[in-house]
This record gives sequence, structure tokens and C-alpha cells, in this order.
Amino acid sequence: MSTTVVQPVPRNFGRMMGRSARDWAPAVAIFVLGIALWEGLVRGLDVQRFLLPAPSEILSTFWDERDTLVSAGLFTFKEAVGGFLIGSAFAVLVALVLARWRPLGNALMPYAIAANAVPIIAFAPITNNWFGILSPASKMAIAAVIVFFPVMVNTLRGLTSVRPESVELMRSYAARERDIFRRVRIPTSLPYLFTGLKVATVLAMIGAIVGDYFGGSQDALGIQIRRSAGIFAFEEAWAAIFVASVLGIAFYGAVALAERVVLSWHPSVRGGRE
Amino acid sequence: MNEQAAVVSLKSLTKDFARGGVRALQEIDLEVRPREFVSLIGPSGCGKSTLLRIIGDLVPPTSGEVVVNGKQAHQARLDRDYGIVFQDAVLYDWRTVAKNIALPLEMLDWDRARRSERVGEMVELVELAGFEDHYPWQLSGGMQQRVSIARALSFDPPLLLMDEPFGALDEMTRERMNMELLRIWQESGSTIVFVTHSIAEAVFLSTRVVVLSPRPGRITGIVDIDLPQPRNTDTREQERFFELVTEVRELLRTGDRSGEELPA
Amino acid sequence: MLRRGLVFAAVLAGLWALWEAYRAFGVAVSLTWPFEVNERTMPHIHDMIGQLFEPSRRNGPLLIEVLGKAALFTAKEAAVGFALGAGVGFLIAVALVHSTLLQRGLLPYIVASQTIPILAIAPMVVVWLGGRGLPGWFSVSVIAAYLTFFPVAINALRGLQSADPRAHELMNSYAASRWTVLWKLRVPASLPYLFAAFKIAATACVVGAIIGELPASIQDGLGGAILNFNQYYASSPESLWATNIIAALLGIAFFLLIVLTEKLVVRRAPEHFV
Repeated sequence: MSTTVVQPVPRNFGRMMGRSARDWAPAVAIFVLGIALWEGLVRGLDVQRFLLPAPSEILSTFWDERDTLVSAGLFTFKEAVGGFLIGSAFAVLVALVLARWRPLGNALMPYAIAANAVPIIAFAPITNNWFGILSPASKMAIAAVIVFFPVMVNTLRGLTSVRPESVELMRSYAARERDIFRRVRIPTSLPYLFTGLKVATVLAMIGAIVGDYFGGSQDALGIQIRRSAGIFAFEEAWAAIFVASVLGIAFYGAVALAERVVLSWHPSVRGGRE
Repeated sequence: MNEQAAVVSLKSLTKDFARGGVRALQEIDLEVRPREFVSLIGPSGCGKSTLLRIIGDLVPPTSGEVVVNGKQAHQARLDRDYGIVFQDAVLYDWRTVAKNIALPLEMLDWDRARRSERVGEMVELVELAGFEDHYPWQLSGGMQQRVSIARALSFDPPLLLMDEPFGALDEMTRERMNMELLRIWQESGSTIVFVTHSIAEAVFLSTRVVVLSPRPGRITGIVDIDLPQPRNTDTREQERFFELVTEVRELLRTGDRSGEELPA
Repeated sequence: MLRRGLVFAAVLAGLWALWEAYRAFGVAVSLTWPFEVNERTMPHIHDMIGQLFEPSRRNGPLLIEVLGKAALFTAKEAAVGFALGAGVGFLIAVALVHSTLLQRGLLPYIVASQTIPILAIAPMVVVWLGGRGLPGWFSVSVIAAYLTFFPVAINALRGLQSADPRAHELMNSYAASRWTVLWKLRVPASLPYLFAAFKIAATACVVGAIIGELPASIQDGLGGAILNFNQYYASSPESLWATNIIAALLGIAFFLLIVLTEKLVVRRAPEHFV
């Protein structure tokens, strides 16, 4: 569920995003085909309707329940965003400190990577006890911790991935460590930071929803899903999942958009030389 | 020959690398006078890049004296008395050509108007007019190196250190860049210390060629290049050119041989 | 080696000290923000560990025995899930690397699938597979497999594409079949990427296994143990903490197993930080 430094998407995906409709045609085709197939199979074979309703049914259920679902979605979304912001902020701070005092950073890096391997979500009952099971803070805390390590590791990697000649160049200008940070390390780290942040949006969302599985407020989406599934009202559960997905994609999209703006110079954004 | 003080003065310079007890440079004595173009040439591992970095105070010497522009190398670096160009252009991807060239000027706290003017001059000097707003990855290798040179000269340092700047380029681009560099050298009036692998390049560009031996690097010999200035494409075809190339090559072989003869 | 051991001890000691110091401070000033600090919310670490050697319930087996069995149970689910997910992920990557059309068509969905809170559909998966007569723990493995297949598929694809084009040309000059190119060139080139994915997947499958147990109402694993001891938090907070410590160790153990395997299988240049 947590990720380390690896870019989760193939390198040319970004370039693909900027290309023409021709490249998107297959994906759109598959989407349409997939939905049609889903709808057709479920209706035609009357199969699994119980567990996996047709897209039309999910959408109509969503429409009927839209008030509850949207408000639950926003409640959970706030938990996710809150956790994302807190966790990322701490992560960037810690990464800056560890990059500045290199021996500390080198010593702690393996531990940060190992800490990333801990199933943080299992600590949800503990945050429930700390902040109260109904309080959004308990899920925010879990989301923040889940988000912290990937963002920290990615940012630290970026800050320390500067080539030796770059540092030598700055030294030839009699630059102080502070200048090297400001002018070289931080700009270099931005692509890595955004990779981490994009991953973090997904993790925060999932952390907020799944955290509910250990108990949470009735107003939260995770509780809705769990409750609906518990009484075998799967249409409602899927409608809630639909809301969660839309919010998750929107969150990811927002960060991706921010990336395009901040990294406007990057080859992958400008469709650079092959 | 100018009576002015040397721009670079090395006396008994020795460099050991503590890890592995390797001696990179041994008893280097060298003086570089103003407006000279001095090349350092030698086999791989002879320490020429290290020597360049010692002059730039990027690597400390183990013993000996390093005086740059009349000061200790350390002070010369703090006073920004030199510009440096690496084999890799080391441009910043997030800055345009103009902003890359302006980098040292920003560090020197020049105001915007003055920076802008100087960048314009440098762009003209390296003949990259029209590319000011391009990003490094949009340029060819040769063009990137020209930006790197423009950046190095932007603040008018008396000394220019160059570490195999054209090593990554193909032969034809390299020869063109050689001509460019000579023109820039004449126009800017700076002193250049140039590290290279290529005998022809060293002879073509320099006023003197310093030949280093394999590790530990010692000066095997120094060849005065008495080819007429300004040099051009015809220079490469003169008989004197070939004689000098041969002279340098012989010195390189001597250094090699004496390296074999000495006990380990 | 000695230095590494010292750093390890120092890090553990540092964390221990941080915990106890914050606790002492919090109790002394009756800290209530961000959460109330008392012996219930922050038990002593030595109490948590000591609890492992107490009976889990009156006249019952030692806690550590109970948790050990639970950990093994969850480990089994996670391992099966890992194997399934990694296998499927790899196959998907092999299919995609040979067809650009498939890539363009399917990649957006493979990426978007990461945004669906898959653990949210865990209840459905459990009911579905249970209805097919499969044991409960297998449903959990399927959930773990879903979390595993994504990073493996994406990274394997990248890895299979990562070989130098000139190496491909060499293969072509031998008129090598696609199969040969796959096994002799692409797969070896993809190993570093695969292992990066396996490290992510190691954590993902443990998380998937623990969370998956909740809707499946499985008592035998760590998920069940966490829920169980959560109920007794008021009387014995140390038990829940001890359970979480074991869960954390499980995650780290899986991760370290992959790291060890990588060291044996792939010889890579050590990473350099500047």
C-alpha cells in the first residue's frame, strides 16, 4: 500500500498525456467497450447482479442517494486532504533537514525505507483511541503517517541526487551551503517531490476510507461502504465506491495539474526531444 | 612576454589521496602568464583534472604552493577570480539559456538591468542569439557547451579553467568549437588553462602544452607552440603543426616509458 | 558492520527515548493536544513488550504465542497474495510490452485502478469467493494480490522496456525469436525494476492481508487480533500496542526478505548520495 521511490507510471506516460487524440483513441475505445460489456453481461446473464450491479444501476443508486453519498464523500475527502497536507509538510521538512546534515540523512535513510514497510493502517485503532473514534482527526492522523514516508523518501532522494559537477560549479562561485540548497537542490528535487505527492494523494484517500474499517463516524464514506456491504446492499456500497474513486481521481488530477504548472520547464511537460 | 605577475603559480605541488595512499600529482611546478592558453595533456589517471580542481580550490593540495591571481587559491575562489567549464555542460534544466548564463551574476548580486545587458553580450559572443529563451534540453551538445562557456565568462574572470569541455562532442563539432574558443579567447583577453586528451586539439589551441606523465603525475615536458596567431583551419595542415604534434606525442611516450622503468 | 550495529542501536534508543520523553512531558503538563497523554494512550514501551510474555487472557497461552500464530496465519495469506499478484502483474507486463496497442488501451486503467479504494470492495470479494466455496483466507489473499499486481505490472513493464536499444539490435542480428529476446534480454534487464516493485508489494500484500481479514471476519490472523484487543483497550492498552508491534515487524520482515533476495540475485552498484 505504501510506496518508495519508484515512479509508479512508465516514463512515457507523461508524454502520452500531452499527445493527440489518436493516441487516446484505444483507451477511450476500451472504456466504452468495458462499460458496455459490463452492462451487457450483467443484464444478459443476470449474473452476479447481487455482488456487481450494472453500471446503470450503480449510477441510478448514486443519484438516489446522492445527498448522503456526496456529503459522506466530502467528509472523508477532508480527512484525506488534511492528512495529506500534514504528512507531506512534515515529510518535506524532515527531508530538508536530512539533506542538509548528510551524515544523519545517510544513517537514517535505510530506516525510513524500512518504516515504509510497516502496515500503518493497522494503527488505526490506536489513533481512534487517541483522537476519538468519531473524530476526523483520527483518520487524518493515519493518512498523515501513511503519506509521510513515501513523500519524505522521494524528496530526500531528489535533494541528494545532484551531480557532483553541479556542486563544484556552485563552489566555484563561492556559494554557501544555503545557496546551493536554494538554487540547485530544491529545484532538482521538485520532480521527485511531485512523484511522491501524486502517490500520496492515493494513499491518503485510501487511508481515510480504510481507516473507517476499524470504526468511525457515520458521516464517513468508509463506514457507509462497510455498512452497506454488511447488510448486502451492494448497489449502495458500489455507489459509495464510485464516489470515492471520483474523488480520488480528482485529488490526483489536482496535484498532477499543479505539477504541470510548477514543472512547466520539464521536458515531459513540454514534449521535449526524444 | 608580459612582465605582469603570473595568473597561476604552482610550486612543488603534490597531491595524495588518503584513501588507498595514492599519489596523484608529484612536485608540479608551473607558471601561467596572463593571456596564455595553456593545455594540460596526459594519459588517463595522470591527475590533470585533479590539477585543474586544485587550481580552482575545489580539491585541496597535500603540499606545495598554489597562487592564483596573486592570492591563495582559496581566496581566489572566494573572490571569484575564475570561471570553470566541465566536460558536461552542467546547465540547470529549470533555467532558460539566458538565466543559466546569468547564474553567477545573480550570485554576485548584479541588478537586473546590468545582468540583462551582460547576458546579451555573452550570447552574442558565443553566437547563440535567438536561443535565449530555450531550455538546455532543447539544444545540441555543442550549443550547451557554448552556454557553459558564456556562463563561465559572464562575470569577466581573469582565468578560465576548462576540463575537457569538448570531449563529448564529435570530431567536426569539436574542430568548430576549437575555432570558436580561440575567437572568444582573443576577444575576451582571458587566460585559459585547458585539460584535454587530444594532442591535435592541444597543439591547435595553445600557446604552451604541458605534458604530464602517468600516475603519479609529473611534468614530463612543456612544448612552446610557436604557430602564428590567429590560427585557422589551414593551421592544422601546416608542417610545423605536425612537427609539434609529434613532439608532444614523443613526450607522452617518454612519460609512459619512464613510468615503466621506475620501480613500483 | 560494527558501525551499522551501533547506528541501529542508536536509532532504536533514540525512538525509545523520544517516546518516553514525550510521555513524561505530556503527563507532567497534562497535555491534551493533539491528544490526551496518560498511561492509557501512551503505555510505557517496556510494558508493551512485557505484555507479550503475559497470558493473553486468564489462564490462556502467552500473548506472544497467540500473536505468533496470528502472524503466521496472516503471513500465509500475504505470501499467497504476493505470489498471485506478482505472477499476474508480470504476465500483464509481458503482454503489454509486446503490443503498443494494448498498452495504449489498458495503461490508463491500470493506473486509474490505483485510485479505486480496492480495500473498499473487500467485503464484496469475500462474499463472492465465499459463495464459491473457497476458504475465507483465500479471499484475503485475493485482496492482497490485487494490491500487489499493480506495482509489479507497472514496474515490470518499465523494466522489460529498459534494455538498451543497441542490445535489441544485437539480438536482431542473431535473428533471435521473441521468446529468446524476452528471456535472455528483457527479463534480466527488468530485474532491478522488479525488485523495486517487490519491495512495494511486500508491504502492500501484508496490509491487504490484515485489512482483508476484517470484512471476512477472520479471527485467526493479525487483523482479527487487532480488532479483538481493540475491544479490550480500556483494560489492557499494552496488548493492542503489542499486537501492532508484531504487525509492524511482519511488514518489515517481508520487506527485508525481498531485500535479502535481491542482494543474492541481482548485483547492483551501490547507490550514491551526493
